[in-house]
Amino acid sequence: MMQSMPFRAALLSIVMAVLLFGIWEAAVVTPEKSTEMTEYEMLMGGAEQEARVPPPSDVLKHAWDELSNPFYDKGPNDKGIGIQLAYSLYRVLTGYILAALIAIPIGFVVGMSPLMYNALNPFIQVLRPISPLAWMPLALFIIQDSETSAIFVIFICSIWPMLINTAFGVANVRGDWINVARTHELSPLRTAFQVILPAAAPTILTGMRISIGIAWLVIVAAEMLVGGTGIGYYVWNEWNNLDLNSVIFSILMIGCVGMLLDLALSSAQRLVEYNE
Amino acid sequence: MSHAFLEVSGLSKVYATKEGNDFTVYDNVNFTLDKGEFVCIIGHSGCGKSTILNTLAGLDDPSAGAVIMNNKEVKGPSLERGVVFQNYSLLPWLSTLSNVEFGVKARWKSWSKSKVREHSTRFLNMVGLEHALNRKPSELSGGMRQRVSIARAFATQPELLLLDEPFGALDALTRGVIQEELVKIWSETHQTVFMITHDVDEAILLSDRIFLMSNGPNAAIAESVKVDLPRPRQRNTIFQQPGYYPLRNYLVNFLVNRSGEKPDTTSGKPKEVNPLADLDLSGAPAEGAAADHTPQHPRAVNQ
Ligand SMILES: Nc1ncnc2c1ncn2[C@@H]1O[C@H](COP(=O)(O)OP(=O)(O)O)[C@@H](O)[C@H]1O
Ligand SMILES: [Mg+2]
Repeated sequence: MMQSMPFRAALLSIVMAVLLFGIWEAAVVTPEKSTEMTEYEMLMGGAEQEARVPPPSDVLKHAWDELSNPFYDKGPNDKGIGIQLAYSLYRVLTGYILAALIAIPIGFVVGMSPLMYNALNPFIQVLRPISPLAWMPLALFIIQDSETSAIFVIFICSIWPMLINTAFGVANVRGDWINVARTHELSPLRTAFQVILPAAAPTILTGMRISIGIAWLVIVAAEMLVGGTGIGYYVWNEWNNLDLNSVIFSILMIGCVGMLLDLALSSAQRLVEYNE
Repeated sequence: MSHAFLEVSGLSKVYATKEGNDFTVYDNVNFTLDKGEFVCIIGHSGCGKSTILNTLAGLDDPSAGAVIMNNKEVKGPSLERGVVFQNYSLLPWLSTLSNVEFGVKARWKSWSKSKVREHSTRFLNMVGLEHALNRKPSELSGGMRQRVSIARAFATQPELLLLDEPFGALDALTRGVIQEELVKIWSETHQTVFMITHDVDEAILLSDRIFLMSNGPNAAIAESVKVDLPRPRQRNTIFQQPGYYPLRNYLVNFLVNRSGEKPDTTSGKPKEVNPLADLDLSGAPAEGAAADHTPQHPRAVNQ
């Protein structure tokens, strides 16, 4: 075995995937003919044949169908997966960018001023542990619009990691670098942009990366609540249709998009990283 | 009134400790620097050398007393006082060239990009880093980093250069090379230099005068020792100069035996001494002195 590590890892991944799908396929392909209908099956009537977990071959076939025409739109209850994902991404990115625009400057101020840190800390400590979905009723009542409320929930859940990481990164910029700025008579604004921002950037981006992950987790739940459009709504809607092929397929899509979002942020992180 | 270029008068630094009583690092420090002088300060660790240097830089406020440069009191950091820190203090996200340009741009805001680049490159050439312009500090050795730091400080052409143990973390060979580069730049620019070191040989090689600091707390600059050796001095031949070992012995003797004594500072100024003044340096003792001491001086032998 002289192959490189990444190659061997990839090979192992494929083996594991094949194994997993094989077991899955084998487990569901021959459904046991239960002698007695469970209470659930009785409630579902004769639907048990469709309601069983589909084998991966069915899911893959379904995925192929969906992905070959992702943007079709046949009314409110039948839109392509691409459209649903686009709705979710739009909400996530809007809420996330708004949160970044507010969290990073405030985090900067909090990080630079111990007074502001101590003054704002109690608010942060109380607001941060609130589940973002707990804001939903209040948001719906005040904003009176489900679309905006979902964006608000994303905003509120992505703000904390960015705020806290920015403040932490700024507060921990090495004193020596601040002294370099001071001995070069840099104005406060130049110090902020030329020294503190690049010094704290890796920490800030870590916060941004955590935030986008949380936002993507939360959007699915938020859309299940507000309904209408989006991948979260889609999953729930397909569950109501008992189309488990679509449910599993969309679960996989949520994972893939989440991975891509994280990948984007981690590449941005690599751009601002430095070694001491 | 004719004042020295830099005048330090009645400088004290007191830290409040947790127990509530005060800790006086140094008390009533007075000295002057002339324009173009190279002065090193030697003293045991913790006696307050860095605190004095930071106060001269304007990074730290004195508890009492004042620093006056060019008849103006030092009230904060200024581009007229460049600092080279012991840990180099380069900005790690900037390349070698950008680190120097950072200083040059801050100094001359109206300069064009190409002028900034040309000026910065010239100073990096002086310290022999023309091949490493685009490398990040993390890709440089300690000696190369300190060269960048020195180039940055000299490139901004401050009137006073403050160096806090700039070679403390470097191996002896690298240190020797950079010392020579430092002397070369200094002899071209004639800036005033105030440098902390713990290396007696380094102080003798570089200084016009050496300040000897007594131990803390309540430290003071006990003596100002004149280095009466001709320039240019070469690190590989300086130990052959007749005055070298008498001077070196004087300094080592102070550090080993006398730095704990309470200095006599009634005059308010450090005692001015010239250990070589009474020596007859015209004759043969030079050979003898060198021969006697050479084995103690491996760095010179290495050359
Ligand atoms: N912020 C501080 N608070 C209390 N004591 C300090 C502080 N900074 C330095 N000191 C004390 O001042 C003394 C001088 O420190 P320093 O100037 O760094 O010494 P040196 O550079 O000569 O080794 C030391 O005893 C140190 O403990
Ligand atoms: Mg020190």
